[in-house]
Amino acid sequence: MAKGSKRSLVLQRRETGVSYLFLLPALIFFLGFVIYPMLMGIITSFTDASFANQSNGKFIAFDNYIRLFNDPVFKKSAVNTVIIVVAAVPTVTAFSLWVGSAIYKMKAWTRSFFRCVFYLPVVTGSVAVVVVWKWMFDKYNGLFNYVIKAFGGKPLPWTESATMAIWCIIIILFTTSIGQPIVLYVAALGNVDNSLVEAAQVDGATNLQTFWKIKWPSIMPTTLYVVIITTINSFQCFALIQLLTRGGPLYSTSTVMYLLYETAFITSKDFGYADAMGVVLAIVIAIFSAIQFKVMNGGTTE
Amino acid sequence: MRQEKKISPYFIVSVILLVLLAIFFIFPLYWIITGSVKEKSDIIVKAGQSVKWIPTSISWDNYARLFKSSTQFFGAKIPMAIRWLFNSVFISVVAMLLTCVTASLAGYVLAKKRFWGRGVVFSLFVCAMALPKQVILIPLLQQVSNMGFLSSKTPVLSEVLPLFAVICPVVGWPFGVFLMKQFSENIPTSLLEAARIDGAGELTTFINVAFPIIKPGFGALAIFTFINAWNEYPLQLVMLQQDSVKTISLGIASLQSEMSNDYGLIMAGAALAAVPIIIVFLCFQKYFTQGITMGAVKG
Repeated sequence: MAKGSKRSLVLQRRETGVSYLFLLPALIFFLGFVIYPMLMGIITSFTDASFANQSNGKFIAFDNYIRLFNDPVFKKSAVNTVIIVVAAVPTVTAFSLWVGSAIYKMKAWTRSFFRCVFYLPVVTGSVAVVVVWKWMFDKYNGLFNYVIKAFGGKPLPWTESATMAIWCIIIILFTTSIGQPIVLYVAALGNVDNSLVEAAQVDGATNLQTFWKIKWPSIMPTTLYVVIITTINSFQCFALIQLLTRGGPLYSTSTVMYLLYETAFITSKDFGYADAMGVVLAIVIAIFSAIQFKVMNGGTTE
Repeated sequence: MRQEKKISPYFIVSVILLVLLAIFFIFPLYWIITGSVKEKSDIIVKAGQSVKWIPTSISWDNYARLFKSSTQFFGAKIPMAIRWLFNSVFISVVAMLLTCVTASLAGYVLAKKRFWGRGVVFSLFVCAMALPKQVILIPLLQQVSNMGFLSSKTPVLSEVLPLFAVICPVVGWPFGVFLMKQFSENIPTSLLEAARIDGAGELTTFINVAFPIIKPGFGALAIFTFINAWNEYPLQLVMLQQDSVKTISLGIASLQSEMSNDYGLIMAGAALAAVPIIIVFLCFQKYFTQGITMGAVKG
């Protein structure tokens, strides 16, 4: 077999050359426009670089990070980010699972109709979605206050109130988040082993029992995936905030992602400090993603 | 056969809820489109007057105002909003074409070749996918401006080069590679072996043997990238500052901050931004669903 292994070694060397040739175009964009800026961002977070002083930032070790954890606005934004994640993830997961299980057995066209409808806000894009919601939330000309007044209620301040604004963001985030999980759940539920379901029904199991005992365990990998992508997306919630409230009123809707943008491009233009926020956010998200890939790999070896 | 189940009350309740939820999801889009053709007087709710749920008359006034400001583009005078639409289409189409080429080549070798460093390259792609995209915004802006993307003086280049500041990071995003690797796993190795024994070159094998098999993946990837690039708001916001290189999304956002109470005008803009992409989505939604589910399959 020595001859065989030598041949395969030559083959492997040839394969390596060819493979990298095929990989080259993707690697140029990936390394040049994703990995390199990421490394630069990490390096900049240890300097005092700013818009005015872009390239000659002085090395200041962990000063930006120490400043972060003493910054009340950053703390407020971190709390808001957590509120958004905690409010959005369970509702998005539960709703998409419910919609998915309500539609997966329907006729093909009804199923794709509903799937499309719930995907629509994702496709429409954050800007068009937000401008119309902003109009509906409008204190004077908005639809919501019109309806409230029509029923004799008192108009609400919606996005202008420091306590309500974040919930307005969460509602919009919800409508733009459940599309993808529904598609995933419809596919996963369609793949559940039907013989198991039928066997359970023959044994007299109720619908609820079949769901919890048979379907739920087999769609578990999808649920975990849905939870993780929704978490990542909610952590990154930015466009909605930038367009709807600009972090206000009184930083009540500022998230880490929004504060990063505001610090870097609007207020102090302090690049090093903003990059430090980015690194902290990336680490938090990386912890969640590590869990995700652990779970996904666990799924394959089963 | 338990198929002819009686219609349970649970089923009726869930269908009613589903329909209500669906109306709630379609409504914003309905409100954009109807709002864009409403008269100014119908948009503002006056005390004691009812909201126009359905427009009674159609007015194109909002669109006329949207198209009023114009710009020079390759010597021709066109409305600014059309220029924005062009920029969005340009970014999406170019990003889509580049991603299809780079990702299918890379995904193919990652799935089908055993080469030195494969594990490292693949893990790098996968790890980067979980990274929050916006984290690289600041260094990326510095990088593309150092590379001269944003301040070209050459006449033709200065019109489109800034758009590449958005295109390149979108193409570099590893999701496409990951998706195409999933699709490439379906290529039978024996087929590739046979092609090699027949003396076909690597590129010929890829085009003649692999490509026909991963073609559905191409559809998914193309539509995915197109829509992602179109809606990649944060990247556009940071990179495209000049009015003439703005995308339609950015244009609407700036309309909103400049004249926040002119809802008719803003809805006309929103309709112009939303309708083309929704049509694209509806035409290719079959591939889209496939892309979402394949992208989630365990790696």
